[in-house]
Amino acid sequence: MTRPLSFYIHIPYCLKRCGYCDFNTYTPGELKAGSDIAQVSNGYIDLLIAESKVARSEIDSNSPIPTIFFGGGTPTLMEPADLGRVLNSLESDFGFAEDIEITIEANPDTVSKAKLAALVAAGINRVSFGMQSAAPHVLAVLDRTHSPENVTKATNWAHEVGFEQISVDLIYGTPSESISDWEQTIDSALELPINHISAYALIVESGTKLAAQVKRGEILIPDDDQTADKYLLADEKFSKAGLNWYELSNWAKGGGECRHNIAYWKGENWWGLGPGAHSHIDGKRFWNVKHPNAYRERIAGNISPIMESEILTDIQKESERVMLEIRLKYGISKSSLSAESISNLTSYVAGGQISQDLWSAGRVALTLSGRLMADRIVREILL
Amino acid sequence: MPAIKLANAPQPASTNPAQIRNFGIIAHIDHGKSTLADRMLGITEVVEQRNMRAQYLDRMDIERERGITIKSQAVRLPWRSGIDGQEYILNMIDTPGHVDFTYEVSRSLAACEGAVLLVDCAQGIEAQTLANLYLAMENNLTIIPVLNKIDLPAAQPEKFAEELAKLIGCQPEDCLRVSGKTGEGVSELLDQIVKQIPPPVGDANAPARALIFDSVYDTYRGVVTYVRVIDGHLTTRDQIQMFSTGVRHEMLEVGVISPEPVASKGLGVGEVGYVITGVKDVRQSRVGDTITTYHNPTKVALAGYKDPKPMVFSGLFPLDGADYPLLREALDKLQLNDAALVYEPETSAALGFGFRCGFLGLLHMEIVRERLEREAGLSLISTAPSVVYRVVRGDGKELIVTNPSEFPGDKIEAVFEPIVRATVLAPAEFIGSIMELCQERRGNLLGMEYLSEDRVEIRYTLPLAEIVFDFFDQLKSKTKGYASLDYEPIGEEEGDLVKVDILLQSEGVDAFSAIVHRDKAYAYGVMMTSKLRELIPRQQFEVPIQAAIGSRIIARESIRAIRKDVLAKCYGGDISRKRKLLEKQKEGKKRMKMVGRVEVPQEAFIAALTTDADIDKAKAKAKG
Repeated sequence: MTRPLSFYIHIPYCLKRCGYCDFNTYTPGELKAGSDIAQVSNGYIDLLIAESKVARSEIDSNSPIPTIFFGGGTPTLMEPADLGRVLNSLESDFGFAEDIEITIEANPDTVSKAKLAALVAAGINRVSFGMQSAAPHVLAVLDRTHSPENVTKATNWAHEVGFEQISVDLIYGTPSESISDWEQTIDSALELPINHISAYALIVESGTKLAAQVKRGEILIPDDDQTADKYLLADEKFSKAGLNWYELSNWAKGGGECRHNIAYWKGENWWGLGPGAHSHIDGKRFWNVKHPNAYRERIAGNISPIMESEILTDIQKESERVMLEIRLKYGISKSSLSAESISNLTSYVAGGQISQDLWSAGRVALTLSGRLMADRIVREILL
Repeated sequence: MPAIKLANAPQPASTNPAQIRNFGIIAHIDHGKSTLADRMLGITEVVEQRNMRAQYLDRMDIERERGITIKSQAVRLPWRSGIDGQEYILNMIDTPGHVDFTYEVSRSLAACEGAVLLVDCAQGIEAQTLANLYLAMENNLTIIPVLNKIDLPAAQPEKFAEELAKLIGCQPEDCLRVSGKTGEGVSELLDQIVKQIPPPVGDANAPARALIFDSVYDTYRGVVTYVRVIDGHLTTRDQIQMFSTGVRHEMLEVGVISPEPVASKGLGVGEVGYVITGVKDVRQSRVGDTITTYHNPTKVALAGYKDPKPMVFSGLFPLDGADYPLLREALDKLQLNDAALVYEPETSAALGFGFRCGFLGLLHMEIVRERLEREAGLSLISTAPSVVYRVVRGDGKELIVTNPSEFPGDKIEAVFEPIVRATVLAPAEFIGSIMELCQERRGNLLGMEYLSEDRVEIRYTLPLAEIVFDFFDQLKSKTKGYASLDYEPIGEEEGDLVKVDILLQSEGVDAFSAIVHRDKAYAYGVMMTSKLRELIPRQQFEVPIQAAIGSRIIARESIRAIRKDVLAKCYGGDISRKRKLLEKQKEGKKRMKMVGRVEVPQEAFIAALTTDADIDKAKAKAKG
């Protein structure tokens, strides 16, 4: 087997949990009362390296690694040199592709210019900042700790220390965010030295602080029509600035597309290191125990950290393929679909949600309005 | 010791009619009839203390839970009178307590010579009790007024004794006072039953005539028919014959209930018991019919036999279309025990395959539905209840309509609808709100009388259609639960009635059509269209919702086209989660019913066909 294997590396720590976030992350106090980040993350890097050795022994790929992504959590809480240790180990075990993309998610509050320089020195060549919004009252609803100025500072430093691939993450549709708040956020982002933007509509996930506030009626969710308007506005402004969409929620200048994310959409192989991390190898999905302490015990005890796995049936594989690839600019090929699916889609072609030109060229690809209806169109295809 | 050991008591088939007393108990739901009956079983020792359980005679869960009796029972109680010291046989015939079952009540009462009028002396008499009391008086029964629950702190025996005395024309001090709960006064009541109620009179040598007052299907024994022998006698050697059908049956068993069935040699004049013939369906052994013997049949049937006529119709549809055969099976089974239930297959464009069912009334409908759901484990949607309309066409032809979808769109000369006489009993302070409600429902005031200083009886004629849709719930809520209602059909009247159709994207949804008075058509249209606007999710295109009479639109709403149906987040590689979400959405799509191009969730049908009161009830049930 020579399919390339990407790596996702999970850093499950945050100094503070944001109110909307349901990712697998923990504050030091949640893990061990009274402890700080240095104590709880102590030795964590060794666990990741130990798990990567397991991956090495199970995977017989001889392709070099195409992409690596440090996500979290807050990966920038870790020492750059520690992150470098993981990378060195992976490189010596698997080899790196010449054009390898190594991304780190960064919190504008936990980086300094020196730290960013150290990340470059460790081999990281792409950075994605959690900007979310330029409006302080919106950041407050999201529970974010940074001030908008920090984002400007951080991206400029990143540019100065040599990062060529710089992205910001934005969230729209936050309660209390007006259209002009969002426009201001877009404009601020476009002034930054970046070549990539991810913009996600806020999802109120059950179990979060935000969900509880909504349930108690303290916070009102903006309606879907306004959120749709915000998407259209974003696409218009990003495009004008030369950032073109290549996936539903992602825009990039030519060559700035995140190849690690594309690997997810295209059903490539990747191994997720760390607690709660998900992996996909040739139609088998598996994921690790969620809690960092449980993960530590497993690895330390030489027990597999995998909590659960599933081998995808053909139907599930097809569902995933449609669901993921439709999100990409050129969508899926018509010839891979049943006659019934295709007939279900004709009204969307007529309605302008599926590109007429690409349809004639044999592809099902979403137009701007169609991107807003992607889930519905997927359901039409999968019947 | 007034109780007599069963073995020493007078035996069935050889009991002198002079020793027999047949009586019923007339009472409202929760006025304590079942508890009093329990107490009588205990005091007469037909049920041993250790075998006693609450509401001994109520057989179905539904009966116990709701405190109502759906089917009657007859129990043979031996009793030595504390007044004359003689042995007697008391047959207690338990009667159903609801207006829907008035006919059954009348047949139960026809099997008795007397009735105990049982009234909760904290609440006073209720409308249905009053109706049953009048029924008993029409049957010339001796009435023994009894105030129950005298142990309650809120008891007002003096006040309600006056009320009862006025109603039946006796003295307040003639009212007995008992507590079914503590047993106080129950022996005295049994003695008074012996003393006041006359023994049955019949001709022992005449051809047999026995009145069927109830008929129950039993899984093991087939139909068990409860009878009261008027003349002659029935024995196990007889072949019996149903007078109305002329059909002959073998007699497999005859016996009495005490309170479990005990086979006997037979039943003589005035006796009450059961017969089993191997019949498998209660419709072959109908309440009110006369049983006679095949070899020596009577020529004169007992008076009062009627075929039960359904008054209210509704469509019942399984939530899951695949359950249709199960629903059919469950209805077939229920009908074995319910001669009044009628049904035929119905197909709705919106709801799929189901059955159009006819019921005696609203309670009957609710009970049937509840039993189907509970006993067969089905989830059902029922369409709004409809009454029976007689439509005269332009060409003079007539049409009976029990389903709005059969209502003709044009060339209607006249429409006749069933009318009932309704009696409402309530505290006087609610007169205003009750009259307002009845007026709203096209009622005509017939009269009003004070039963006591602060309680009134209000009589109205009302179209039955106005009662079947949430009238009782409204009445209860406007009177803090104090009002009680009874009604009886009195005929039909011409009405200015129209059919309102509901259209989604210009396509009619049969399940939402309703026949309403012209003055209320607009309100119905606005209510349904705005309700549906809330219930139907946004579609790929704009969906107009309209209410129409024929081709005239009377109300409209619209559902804007959906613009966003996408979750952009990727959950950090957790593709499984996203796929499961999609699978859930796909399941949701499967549960959608297509009306033209519009996807309507099943829940929207349920919610649109449900009244607010139903929702409250469902909530209360979920909590309870």
